Amino acid sequence: MSSTKFILGLFDDPDEMMNGIHKLQENSVPIYDVYTPMPIHGIDAKLGIKDSRLGYAAFMFGCTGGTVAFSMLYYMLVHDWPQNIGGKPHFAIPDFVPITFEWTVLFTAFGMVATFFYATHLFPGRTPRVMDLRATNDRFVIAIDAKGNIPHEDITNILKEAGAVEVKHNDRKYVSYE
Amino acid sequence: MGTHHSSFDEKFEFGGRAKNLSLIGIAIGIVAIAYGFFMGHTERTFSNLLLMGYYFACVCMAGVFFCAVQYVAQAGWSASLLRVPQAFAKVLPIAALVLILIAAAGLYFTHPFVNEEGKTVIVPYLYKIWAAKGVTDPHSEVYDKIIAGKSSFLNIPFFFGRLIVFLGVYSIFGWLLVKYSNNEDTLGGMFNYNKSFKMACIFLVIFGFTTPIFAFDTIMSLEARWFSTMFGWYNFAAMWVSGLCAITLVLILLKQKGYFSWVSEDHIHNLGQLIFGFSIFWTYVWFAQFLLIYYANLPEEAVYFYKRWEPEFKPWFWLNIIINFLAPILLLMARDYKRMIPRVKYVCILLLCGHWLDYYMMIMPGTVGAQGRSFGVEEIGIALGFAGLFTFLMLNALSKFQSTIPKKHPFLQESLHHHI
Repeated sequence: MSSTKFILGLFDDPDEMMNGIHKLQENSVPIYDVYTPMPIHGIDAKLGIKDSRLGYAAFMFGCTGGTVAFSMLYYMLVHDWPQNIGGKPHFAIPDFVPITFEWTVLFTAFGMVATFFYATHLFPGRTPRVMDLRATNDRFVIAIDAKGNIPHEDITNILKEAGAVEVKHNDRKYVSYE
Repeated sequence: MGTHHSSFDEKFEFGGRAKNLSLIGIAIGIVAIAYGFFMGHTERTFSNLLLMGYYFACVCMAGVFFCAVQYVAQAGWSASLLRVPQAFAKVLPIAALVLILIAAAGLYFTHPFVNEEGKTVIVPYLYKIWAAKGVTDPHSEVYDKIIAGKSSFLNIPFFFGRLIVFLGVYSIFGWLLVKYSNNEDTLGGMFNYNKSFKMACIFLVIFGFTTPIFAFDTIMSLEARWFSTMFGWYNFAAMWVSGLCAITLVLILLKQKGYFSWVSEDHIHNLGQLIFGFSIFWTYVWFAQFLLIYYANLPEEAVYFYKRWEPEFKPWFWLNIIINFLAPILLLMARDYKRMIPRVKYVCILLLCGHWLDYYMMIMPGTVGAQGRSFGVEEIGIALGFAGLFTFLMLNALSKFQSTIPKKHPFLQESLHHHI
């Protein structure tokens, strides 16, 4: 029983990496994830990644922000301390619109950033977890979970054939900046 | 993907149902104009003519603006569909002429009119407040100090000077962009693209500074005592949304007829995003104008919304916001909605009607007023007439192109492989 946890195929060309994904899929090797230094067109469809649900989160944060702002305004200007502003009714909805709008945007923006940090395990001050440091620089990395039943040599050969410049058998899932 | 199109030499043939329907539209329009004048609804007919003349010119201007924005942004996605806005740009000189003729006729024909103070004034059918006889003459009975103060700007020669110069300049730039694109088809290379880029930059600067004035002149001066600095951008937003809707609708209809086979749902998605985004922008400027007037509550400003809040206009006032804000927000918000071509098509039709209503709400309270407000033969007939005229001229212009694709546009491959 080897101690390898993940097999990484490092490519220096995105087209060869896409070819590598294709070869692995042909041979029914499940791909854990792919890390690239830049967005690769069509890769999400190729890997069968579902559409991001960030939009739903954004919508919910927006609704929260709008509700909070509107209720706050209502409480302050209508319920708690009604004032005569230019002879207008206390519950003058057009006046509420800009602030409600701004808070909706504010909550949405902050909420989306927080959700994104949460979903990607990123946070200021936290050590980022990466599987290979050069995936953030000049290498296109395909990660394969080594726990499967496919012999590790076969995976290595497929990656090498597809043009991987390096194949790593890692005992640890993540390396970190140290 | 994107490469299974028929041929780059595909030429648009104008005929059949499109031609017949547009000619029928023109005929309906002529009948409606004749009916309006014959029935004695002169001011109402003139207001409708101004509405549709302005709408027609704005949609064609939006075609020039679209082309210019694509060149300045060095956008690649739109290269394969540029022929449609270019066809709009080719129609602009005619639209400009029509609008100028309507304004001239509206100013030339006069009628006696009893004003708010009970005095009888000889007023033209359009621009009756600032172009009324004797309104700027201090010795006249109907002297209006406010209008007299504005008369160095709002006088007939300068008014027509501005209208002719603005529309002429837009038309020339539209013509140049079309010419360079046609030259590019035979010559290839970057030479014509670079010239288009330069002209588009100059055009956008001129356009940005002059469209508000164009809107002030043509529409806002109908109620010459009132003014709003937001009005220019509000009209710009209406022009741009309705122009985008017209471009998208024409493109979808042509695609459904078998032309523009390279236009995919990705292109429609982009156009849908623009329509969605600028509908929100329209709402933003609409509301910015409304809120400041509501909040300040100064009588000379609030009178504009007071008129639009009278029972004759109130339902239309709300309908305007429902169609132009709520409808695009609900019908186009989700990503997948913008990729459903039939849905985008119906939203475009809805928004084109919506912006007709928007212009209606800008024009009618200032011309025919609440008592004369109506919706009938003239409104529908003249709108159909101009829609027919626009369709006829635009498709005719499109059929004059050697191919429906600028085949040597430097970004053409990017557009054909556009994928989002």
